[in-house]
Amino acid sequence: MDLSVVILIEVLYAIASLILISAGLAVVFGMMKVINLAHGEFMVLGGYTTITAVGLGVNIFVAMLIVAPIVVGLFGLIVERLVFRHLYGRMIDTMLASWGLSLMMIGGFKMIFGNTTTGVAGPIPGFTVGNYQVNGYNLFIIVVSVLLLLAMLALLRGTRFGLIARGTMQRADMAAAMGHSPDRIYMMTFALGSALAGLAGAVLAPLVGLVPTAGAAFIAKAFITVIAGGPVLVAGLASAAGTFGLVNQVFSFLVSPVVGDVALLVTAIVLLRLLPRGITARFFRGRL
Amino acid sequence: MQGDARRDTGLAVILGAVLILGLPLIADTNMLTLLVVYGMLALSLGLIWGFGGILCFGQAAFFGLGAYTFAIAGINIGESTLPLILAVLVPAAAAALLGAFMFYGRLGDVYLAVITLVFSLILFRWLSTTAGPAYVIGNARLGGYNGIPGFPLLNVPGYPRWELWGDPLYYVAAAALLIVFLLVSWLLRSSFGRIAIGIRENEERVSLLGYDIRARKTVLFAIGAGIAGLAGALFAAWAEVVTPSLFGLQQSAEIIIWCIVGGLGTRFGPVLGAAVLTWVKIVLGGQGAIDNMLVMGLILVLFVLFLPRGIAPELARLWGWVTGGTRRPARRRAPRGGTADG
Repeated sequence: MDLSVVILIEVLYAIASLILISAGLAVVFGMMKVINLAHGEFMVLGGYTTITAVGLGVNIFVAMLIVAPIVVGLFGLIVERLVFRHLYGRMIDTMLASWGLSLMMIGGFKMIFGNTTTGVAGPIPGFTVGNYQVNGYNLFIIVVSVLLLLAMLALLRGTRFGLIARGTMQRADMAAAMGHSPDRIYMMTFALGSALAGLAGAVLAPLVGLVPTAGAAFIAKAFITVIAGGPVLVAGLASAAGTFGLVNQVFSFLVSPVVGDVALLVTAIVLLRLLPRGITARFFRGRL
Repeated sequence: MQGDARRDTGLAVILGAVLILGLPLIADTNMLTLLVVYGMLALSLGLIWGFGGILCFGQAAFFGLGAYTFAIAGINIGESTLPLILAVLVPAAAAALLGAFMFYGRLGDVYLAVITLVFSLILFRWLSTTAGPAYVIGNARLGGYNGIPGFPLLNVPGYPRWELWGDPLYYVAAAALLIVFLLVSWLLRSSFGRIAIGIRENEERVSLLGYDIRARKTVLFAIGAGIAGLAGALFAAWAEVVTPSLFGLQQSAEIIIWCIVGGLGTRFGPVLGAAVLTWVKIVLGGQGAIDNMLVMGLILVLFVLFLPRGIAPELARLWGWVTGGTRRPARRRAPRGGTADG
């Protein structure tokens, strides 16, 4: 009984962290069709921002939930103006340019923070379920990711900005004809996606030791989650993260964490072969 | 047409021979061997991406497979002629399987890139965990992160004791690159190559002409992987150790950067890009002020933004300008972002 509770929490945590990792990319890639290979480094930037802010005496929750998204969002804004603005509609070029950006950021992290592991202590103590110790922070991540999904749904569905943004992504020329500036909307959407990546990196920072190259670990998972999710943003994110998180944890428990990771990647390949346009191209069509 | 081909081959042989014999006078052959190996690796991606339009993000997987095959087979067999052949065949077979899986599924560009990337990540992850004595193939222990050291080096066929290293290895590798280059040129002139370029330009139209694009793409992909495997085997013979980092993300990234910087849709461009950038990297590695990943990243971003066709087409234009514009510059359209008509 106790074990099943623990396993349930672990599975939910795996799903939640996949949602967190992929949310920013779902906006940037899923909506804007910019293949941002620097997504992992955006997350690492969020993590480093948190650690630096905590070092300066900022409350850790403020640092994670407010400072990091703002800093990374602004960084995304600058990068969009300098680089990605020129590449919209050229998918492969965005992929290459963002790969270059990711290498630059890794190099920058190495020069600023050194090629060592930095970390920050988790702010929430663990508790016990029967004979098992559970990391309380995992529950925090589950809560954050649920709130994040709800917030994204509310923003895209309920607000005027969400409506305009969705319209612009579908037909930029029509949005322009209605008097909105696609240029500015692209800019703001990219900044929003970057901010989500910063949030994810910040929230996950206490769990993983940050090294300059940590982004690579996130990027593959984020991409396969978003691609397997398909065109419907929130439902795709939830269903793909659910599938992969479950597979990953089941194999991690049965065999080993590495086999869990490999099983996730193999599932992704098979899933893409069967549903090449993503899960939500077949199910949940036309929703959000 | 016939004369063109002959002149092209003659020019490549003469230029190649001059470079092969001339470069050791100004640079160390140990470094040159690495440049040659990377040049061949870049050529393999330049073939399938620049001419076939297949963007493979996991070309490092085939490079690494070639290196590992060479090492493992070498330890089991005790000499290196058969392992060298296997190092070409095993990656080619792996690519044929993966390619068939992808191309017969009619997956789009982006999915292809992600799947090839994931394929190399799987190999990287798995080989990194093979540290224990349980992981052996024949007599060879896979060795996890530390990789496999101490396998037989390249030797003269039939004489396992005559191992090649240092200067002789450089000449063998350089000659191999020249031969591969000529084979690639020949392949591209053949009808297979012309149809491959046709598929790059417009897949739908070529398939409506009655060609089986899935099979052709798979074969081209396998050929590219075979070349990458050969480069991997030569790399193993040069480095004298193989490690999982051969499969890493950075290795894959660099191959793509070489092709972009050198010039896609040219044969010489990727080789040039690989040689120049590897040299820059070695020079930068000697100083500690600026991290070399920062510089490589900056180079890639700047090239995508300002010179997306790479150096080689610009050089060709310069050449045409110098020789009085009698020859038309190589005006091949690169396939990147080419969704103009489906």
